[in-house]
Amino acid sequence: MSLKKEAVRKIAHLARLQIDESDLDRYATDLSNILTLFEQMNQVDASDIVPMAHPMDATQRLRPDEVTELDQRDKFQAIAPDVNRGLYRVPKVIE
Amino acid sequence: MTDWESVIGLEVHAQLATSSKIFSGASTAYGSEPNTQACTVDLGFPGVLPVLNAEVVKMAIKFGVAIGAKICSHSVFERKNYFYPDLPKGYQISQFELPIVGTGSLEITAEEGAKKTIGITRAHLEEDAGKSLHDEFVDQTGIDLNRAGTPLLEIVSEPDMRSAKEAVAYARKIHSLVRYLEICDGNMQEGSFRCDANVSVRPVGQKELGTRTELKNINSFRFLERAINHEIQRQIDLIEGGGKVVLETRLYDSSKDETRSMRSKEEANDYRYFPDPDLLPVAVDEADIEAIRASLPELPDEKRRRYLDTLKLSEYNAELLSSNRDTAVYFEQALSRAPELKDQIVNWILGDLSAALNRNEVEIQDSPVTPQMLADLLQRIADNTISGKIAKEVFEAMWRGEGSTDRIIEARGLKQITDSSEIEGLIDDVIAANPTQVEQFRAGKEKVLGFFVGQIMKQSKGKANPGQVNSMLRDKLK
Repeated sequence: MSLKKEAVRKIAHLARLQIDESDLDRYATDLSNILTLFEQMNQVDASDIVPMAHPMDATQRLRPDEVTELDQRDKFQAIAPDVNRGLYRVPKVIE
Repeated sequence: MTDWESVIGLEVHAQLATSSKIFSGASTAYGSEPNTQACTVDLGFPGVLPVLNAEVVKMAIKFGVAIGAKICSHSVFERKNYFYPDLPKGYQISQFELPIVGTGSLEITAEEGAKKTIGITRAHLEEDAGKSLHDEFVDQTGIDLNRAGTPLLEIVSEPDMRSAKEAVAYARKIHSLVRYLEICDGNMQEGSFRCDANVSVRPVGQKELGTRTELKNINSFRFLERAINHEIQRQIDLIEGGGKVVLETRLYDSSKDETRSMRSKEEANDYRYFPDPDLLPVAVDEADIEAIRASLPELPDEKRRRYLDTLKLSEYNAELLSSNRDTAVYFEQALSRAPELKDQIVNWILGDLSAALNRNEVEIQDSPVTPQMLADLLQRIADNTISGKIAKEVFEAMWRGEGSTDRIIEARGLKQITDSSEIEGLIDDVIAANPTQVEQFRAGKEKVLGFFVGQIMKQSKGKANPGQVNSMLRDKLK
């Protein structure tokens, strides 16, 4: 399976990655090779194998529902580029 | 003319009523100073790890058991990737392929009292995003991340509803259920309970579904009904005018009563879900599920059935009293104090009490007249201390905080006059003062009796026992 340049452009855009036009061919080839590898793996009959959700064969540990975090807003906002009246400020996003 | 059928599915986001967030120990309390409840995990700092809140899992299972759904033994959290300023990590932790709650169903009372079963496709856990405030600054958007990481249960229905009314009935039922289960406070104004509606239309008889739009931003049941009806009409007009419905998200503007396009979905929909490597599968075993099942309170449907079968209430009253948990609690507390006055309690709750609550915009659990006070009041009617009419006056006084029934009756001298000699005196006075009417009655004009009763009640300031007045008056007039 080969990935078209257009698809690479779209994936890059969704991930907000800026890619040089001159690199597109190389990315398309590299990514296509990965897909080819998956195709090869897909040949193996895995019908009786339970899909794995995580490489560690363990289950999630849970924590009790307790408030343990204190307000550290001042510290967090000291390193933010633009803060006003307790809010983080970003360029206007219009829905 | 084509006849159109509308097809509606709902996505309900119920904020789970935990103290801390789904993956961090920050508080979920509403209304705090911006960004004071957003910790490193909620802010997506490098190197932090999410740790799942046990209570959130329990609450989701509670809901699943209540709708008869299968609980997934190994559910998985995934990353839903998109960029927006109120989503610091660049992805929302959600569930996709293996949600914790599988297929279930809910029975609603559709139009004209008919029962209808609505399928629930799934319910999954996810974290809420922060809030974008667009009006705080002129050229910028303010971001408050206190809400980021608040646990949500997203409940997705099948497209089983055929009218806005059915959609509202379903949403109300879910609302009632999550409140009964005490997993969500249901506050729509504060956004703890949000509804998105998927709406499409098709010619009656057509099998395949029309293109749907998704309505967002609906914060009351009234607006839900209006927004859906409005969208149905918009789609019909569009198609009949030769146009096509496009797959998109539309925002409902309640001030203008219209929906407007927000974004077309094709591109936005590419969320590239994948299992979150920071979180392991959540294991739930049968014993956990059974323990939760055993701990469930009596749910609205069971309650309604008990009110019908055991308490012999009417279908209508049973529905009204059971659909809101707090109303049911009020009713049952009053009933436990005065079990013999069941009908009076029902009538007063659905009558005078409801009217007072509406008038003063007070919720029943905050009523200044408590269930015990109401039961005591009704007991004073039953034992003839006061009349039903005076009881309304006492109720008003209790509402204003003047104290208990007995205290108000005492302080205002409202005790009913049952002493026959006193009533006799009143009757004699009124008869003496109205000789013309006496003549009329004796000439056979029965209606005049009402006039006399009215005069006597007036003289006694409403305190004479009406039954005694009636019987004694007849004897006197003969």
